[in-house]
Amino acid sequence: MSALGIVGGVVQPVLIVAGSPLLVGLMRQVRARLEGRAGAGILQPWRDLRKLSRKERIEPRGTSDVFRFAPLVLVATTLVVAVVVPFVTTESAVDPVADLFAVVALLALGAVALALAGLDTGTAFGGMGASREMTILALVEPTLLVAIFALSVRVGSTNLGAIVSSTLHDPARVISPASLLAAVALVVVIVAETGRIPVDNPSTHLELTMVHEAMVLEYAGPDLALVELAAAMRLSVFLGLLANLFAPWGIATTATPPAVLIGVLALVVKVGVLGGLLAAAEVFVAKLRLFRVPELLAGSFLLALLAVAASFFLA
Amino acid sequence: MNLVATGMAAAVAIGLVTALVAVVIRPRAAVVGAGTALTGAAAVVAGAAATGGGSFSVVLPGVLPLSGVSLTLDPLGGLFVAVTGGVAAAAGIYAMSYMDTPDLRARGVQVALPVFVVAMVLVPAAASAGTLLVCWELMALASLVLVVAEHRRGPQVASAGRWYAVMTHLGFVSVLIGLMVFVAHAPDDSFTALREAGRNLSPSAAGIVFTLTLAGFASKAGIVPLHAWLPRAHPEAPSHVSALMSAAMVNLGVYGVVRVGVDLLGGGAVWWWLLVLALGAVSAVYGILQAAMSSDLKRLLGQSTTENMGLVLVGVGAAGLFASSGDQALAALALTAALLHVVGHAAFKTLLFLAAGSVLHATGSRDLDALGGLRPVMPVTTAAFGLGALAASALPPGTAFVSEWLLLQALIHGLPAGGVAAAIAMPVAVAAVALTAGLAVATFVKAFGVGFLAKPRSAAAAGAHESPFTMLVGMTVAAAVCVVLALWPGAILPAVQAAAGGAAVSGDVTLRLSRATGALSPLLLTLALVAGFVVVAGAFAGRRARREARLWDCGGGPMSARMEYTATSFAEPLQRVFDDVVQPELDVDVSHHQESRYLVQAVEYRRKVPDRIEKRLYRPVLALITAWGRAGRGLAPGSVHRYLGYGFYAVCGVLILLAVTR
Amino acid sequence: MLSLWRKIRRTGRVAEPAPPSPERLERAAVLGGSVQIRHVDAGSCNGCEVEIASAFGPVHDGERYGARLVASPRHADALLVTGVVTRNMAEPLRRTFDAVPSPKLVVAVGDCARDCGVFAGAYGVAGAVRDVVPVDLEIPGCPPRPEAIVEGLRKLTGR
Repeated sequence: MSALGIVGGVVQPVLIVAGSPLLVGLMRQVRARLEGRAGAGILQPWRDLRKLSRKERIEPRGTSDVFRFAPLVLVATTLVVAVVVPFVTTESAVDPVADLFAVVALLALGAVALALAGLDTGTAFGGMGASREMTILALVEPTLLVAIFALSVRVGSTNLGAIVSSTLHDPARVISPASLLAAVALVVVIVAETGRIPVDNPSTHLELTMVHEAMVLEYAGPDLALVELAAAMRLSVFLGLLANLFAPWGIATTATPPAVLIGVLALVVKVGVLGGLLAAAEVFVAKLRLFRVPELLAGSFLLALLAVAASFFLA
Repeated sequence: MNLVATGMAAAVAIGLVTALVAVVIRPRAAVVGAGTALTGAAAVVAGAAATGGGSFSVVLPGVLPLSGVSLTLDPLGGLFVAVTGGVAAAAGIYAMSYMDTPDLRARGVQVALPVFVVAMVLVPAAASAGTLLVCWELMALASLVLVVAEHRRGPQVASAGRWYAVMTHLGFVSVLIGLMVFVAHAPDDSFTALREAGRNLSPSAAGIVFTLTLAGFASKAGIVPLHAWLPRAHPEAPSHVSALMSAAMVNLGVYGVVRVGVDLLGGGAVWWWLLVLALGAVSAVYGILQAAMSSDLKRLLGQSTTENMGLVLVGVGAAGLFASSGDQALAALALTAALLHVVGHAAFKTLLFLAAGSVLHATGSRDLDALGGLRPVMPVTTAAFGLGALAASALPPGTAFVSEWLLLQALIHGLPAGGVAAAIAMPVAVAAVALTAGLAVATFVKAFGVGFLAKPRSAAAAGAHESPFTMLVGMTVAAAVCVVLALWPGAILPAVQAAAGGAAVSGDVTLRLSRATGALSPLLLTLALVAGFVVVAGAFAGRRARREARLWDCGGGPMSARMEYTATSFAEPLQRVFDDVVQPELDVDVSHHQESRYLVQAVEYRRKVPDRIEKRLYRPVLALITAWGRAGRGLAPGSVHRYLGYGFYAVCGVLILLAVTR
Repeated sequence: MLSLWRKIRRTGRVAEPAPPSPERLERAAVLGGSVQIRHVDAGSCNGCEVEIASAFGPVHDGERYGARLVASPRHADALLVTGVVTRNMAEPLRRTFDAVPSPKLVVAVGDCARDCGVFAGAYGVAGAVRDVVPVDLEIPGCPPRPEAIVEGLRKLTGR
């Protein structure tokens, strides 16, 4: 465990926790402006969280510890990912956990916890949301792992630090066909995993079209605050991962304050730009019907497989 | 006598004495269960000692005619003996009260249990083809008795028994022929002689031996397309037997493939291992897909066994592929991953089947659509199943996560190493493993979330009660092993590497690949998760009391259990996605009111997901056999005169033949 | 897609400039500028619904003041009740109120919600909203103009 790793392990979670609601605020603001509205300002998600944390805690009758602990597990998994993934510094605080497979599995674990909570309520909507979320997860996982496979073959390791360092030393790799195909596949997967349009609409009011929202219909007050914070953090983490897998420039390679500051700024700018682009793109597309989503995901799976093939035959 | 020999002798002796006691005095279930558990414990000691470097060898020429019995325990066999013993120990303790039903107290059933365990312990210790085949058959027969133990429950048990009997014997015949071809090229049937002969075998002969034995062993491991018996027999067997079959017996199929393919034949052609890899990949995806559609708890677990054995064979196939391209270190890594998965699967599948048995014991139902709401009344069983489900879905911190991580590492590093065959096989294998992992998550969320959480969906589930003490102890033993394997796989890594015949992974808390950069520490990961959980709970959760409120029912309500999502409805989106593969049979009946056809009285929805491979592959064969039998029936009308006539004509025919040829 | 982009460029911002902020309701201070709203139609003619939709449309943009419509009363801080409370909706309204975690507010939108409007005395009417759940704010009008609804919401958010 190096000094650089420890700096990263402290700075990153603070940055992700503090910044991810702002990212959501920014994305809502971009969307509002494109729709001709004024928007609530990028601080609004933080106001929402502050208010939710002051509210009453509610325990719906018949729910169990699974329902109570799921938000905690959801945030904890994302927090661990925020600590170990090289977002700001190239070295990880807990290197043996900074593995792409481990990170993907951790994020899946959070989704599973929430799905179980949805089922635990015993409501029709909770079950429906859980079922849909798990279907999407089951289809996203293969794409994600195959895309990882494509990225790690060229480095010879699935360690995130190794992948990021290798890209830093050899920037030409980023524009190889394998990288580009894997990047497109990953974007689709991230849109699906974070529940954005066209897979899921985070601001829908219609229960029958919900995926993520349907699972959390029973959460109130501080529990809801955790769920919303976790959703925002997952979005930042995924975008940060995407940014640093393909464009790690600016990331701190030494533990000096200027380097770390540049690392923080670079991450903020990269994630902000990606979030803005995602929000802008969302204005132009409609939500897909649920049963068209698998076709989208199958397409991204194909791209990921092509990326693997390209990484072998065009290397 | 060393520890291995003592352990083996103790295991066999205790098992046989228990069986003998069961024959003579027909004791209480607790005695048989305890004897079985002790047999298992002794086997664990023997197996562990064997993987630790101890060895033992014994030849008993007089026990069986022709070949005699010869036993040897090397690290590979030791690992499988230990795994079998561990499963038997947990299942034996569990059986002490689970077997306390009229059906399971029958003498034959009580005798068969320890005999089954002894046979399973002897299979990996067999050191000659004859011994292997005898133990194999003994294992099959004993398990067959156990499968049909509860035949009074309904005709489906007998049907399962028939399927199992036929399939296991066809498999046996296949292994028998394969080994006999092999033995024909060797001076005698001992493994030492066969190993010697394996080096000089012509490629075509070796190919025939490998294919035939592979078919037999794969059918025992429930590999597609020879899996048809597994989702029938495993659910219908009593639950402790299901655990023994699903967690211990199927492993021996893998043992057979590794023993014959890697050890005796010494590797072989690339196509062998591509075949194994392909079979594994297809089984993994098909098995988990069937499990995802299943709403029968034990059937789901059985199908997940097919999936896990498929993953193991992917590892074995990859290992063979790397070995044949000369990369021994990578081969060892792949085989280590496969064997670690065998151990992990044994642990969590035991736990899952025992927990499922506990549910069956409490509610009398295996139908997920009728379960639910078990958490408040069966806390231990719920926790046990939850732990097993976490382990089975390959999520951290779970047992299967570590082995699947190693497997994926082996596949990733195999891409540059293996040439064109690997370049095509590895991505497809990764895709199959990945799809399997995703579907496994959905499957086990369904099994746990629908089966145990929420509200009870039937009166039986509402009236459930926690199981007796020894059943809980059995589950706890399996759960403890699961936890140790998940957090500290380094504990059994030396044993697994000794069995795999090469050290590809080093480390204790943190597993490091020796050949490439790559490290994973399940313990640190878990600690980080726990730390994160504590931080979040401390910072955000607060200590304010919760107000209990009614579920949000849109102001109407009350919501009944009929409005809950069931296992069938949970799987519906997946079923739509994989419509072309699983081809479900849907049946929707809408009945209208008499007064108006616009008023719907009731809608009945039935969904059946038939096994498509079974339908396409087995039905034609079965139809052919039936037609053959029907044709033959004309010859046997039951008339004694006709039969005497047959005899007369046959004798005449033989006489004429003799007269002509002499 | 390009035509949509051109349309966005051409339209620009349609939200009207914000009128001066009204005084904040004292009970709403704890919410700190964020109010999630669950709308309950207790027996409305849907006139108020049209105006609520308009209040959250681009022109009046209720969201810019920190108010947002949500899908579940568990997520809500305030109930926006429209229409007279009919007998069939009295119990669901009470249950919806119960489902909201406190601190919680109720806004009665429209004349019917305030004092039953033209439906006063009708046989299916259980009463005005205040007869069923405690009301914190009333917005008069039949239907109220979207500006009035936005102003009412701003009294909750304080922005």
